[in-house]
Amino acid sequence: MAITVALPSALLPYAGGSSEVMLEDRYHTVGEALGALAGRHAGVMDRVMDERGEVRQHVNVFVDGDNIRFLDGLGTAVGEESTIVIVPSVSGG
Amino acid sequence: MAPDSAATPAAGDVLLLVGTMKGAFLLWSDRDRREWRTDGPHFRGETVYALAFDQRGGRQRALAGTQSFHWGSVVRTSDDYGATWSEPDRQNVRFPEDSGLAVANIWQLRPGPDSDPDLVYCGVEPAALFASRDAGESFTPVEGLLSHEHRPQWTPGGGGLCLHTIVLDPSGGERMGVAISTGGFYRSDDGGASWRARNVGVRAEFLPDKYPEFGQCVHKVVHHPSRPERLFLQNHWGLYRSDDWGDSWHDIANGVPSDFGFAMQMHPHEPDTVYIVPIEADMFRVVPEAKLRVYRTRDAGASWEPLAEGLPQEDAYETVLRDAMTADSHDPAGIYFGTRSGKLFGSADAGESWREIAGALPSIVCVKAAVIAANGS
Repeated sequence: MAITVALPSALLPYAGGSSEVMLEDRYHTVGEALGALAGRHAGVMDRVMDERGEVRQHVNVFVDGDNIRFLDGLGTAVGEESTIVIVPSVSGG
Repeated sequence: MAPDSAATPAAGDVLLLVGTMKGAFLLWSDRDRREWRTDGPHFRGETVYALAFDQRGGRQRALAGTQSFHWGSVVRTSDDYGATWSEPDRQNVRFPEDSGLAVANIWQLRPGPDSDPDLVYCGVEPAALFASRDAGESFTPVEGLLSHEHRPQWTPGGGGLCLHTIVLDPSGGERMGVAISTGGFYRSDDGGASWRARNVGVRAEFLPDKYPEFGQCVHKVVHHPSRPERLFLQNHWGLYRSDDWGDSWHDIANGVPSDFGFAMQMHPHEPDTVYIVPIEADMFRVVPEAKLRVYRTRDAGASWEPLAEGLPQEDAYETVLRDAMTADSHDPAGIYFGTRSGKLFGSADAGESWREIAGALPSIVCVKAAVIAANGS
């Protein structure tokens, strides 16, 4: 069992080219899972979260299809086999 | 002007680095500065407020402060005129996690003095100064300014709370200055360890006290390396000169259609000559009378003259932002500026006449020029 973190194409260079990162340990919240991701791919997390530990304004994080902005943010619970999807918002360029 | 292949300037050529809201462009020309080639856009879709070209110690390095709408800001470098750029894994300009601050944009990149060829300064939003000791690959905050007692009272202007200007003692001494919108001009006499507001005589129209100790919206400060203590300042309403490294400022708005403006550029060889682009008003940020005119003083601000030959004088609702004007070091000097509408203008005769170099770039926010040195120079 593992949490799957799906990355957008813009962040693949900072994850060794991987579009998915598997987190095998048990995590209870999105924040914990992303913290583990930071330990493996710090460059990814630099771009997802700012220095204050906040998800960047124009980045959306989904857990099992739900945007964490409308749940408990980084405190949103994750299951043992949850899928976290990181996507850029529809904006910019 | 169709883009060419990667930039390939030769020694003596002028290289222009143009930062826009949708990427960066490199343009280059020989010293005649009549025919320009262009390369770009680099960093497609990213805002590039800060560019620099560093030729110290035999280096020929371009630096770019890029801002992704989604993913934040990073300083990238190129040692081959933009053919390749560094892709740092870690974002190399970041506040300490316990600071409570996050970089919103990179506003200025300033190579240090020749005596310290690996030193590069970086100004960011929210107003802070960073320093690199490895030629722009990694940066650490200048603590003396980060922890300044005035910080909680600095407030953002329309463009954000930004440290946009860095002036250095060309002799490599400990004195340096920075300009913050809105915070004012600050000077350090100990290499950045401590800073004091230096705004006596500079007004703040938008505050109850029109001449506060700090809080002014300074738009640009320039000086000539031969007279570093004499500073020229373009303010949010106000044109000033200081003859004592900012200890006091004097009004020099003599004969300009407006003393509101953003851009200001020093002539590379004449310490009494400064260029500005007056803007009508803070509430209507276009050139006065819809005439695109550069103004020049040749007497350190005692008088100003319009320079308009070759510039549009009807229905030209243009704006030139604070870092969008530059000069090359040829003789006669080349002067260049870019507009928010994406037009790039240049003069090969120190402003006597102008021509449009590019007419349809994305909105221009930064223009820097360099004369390419011979290898190893």
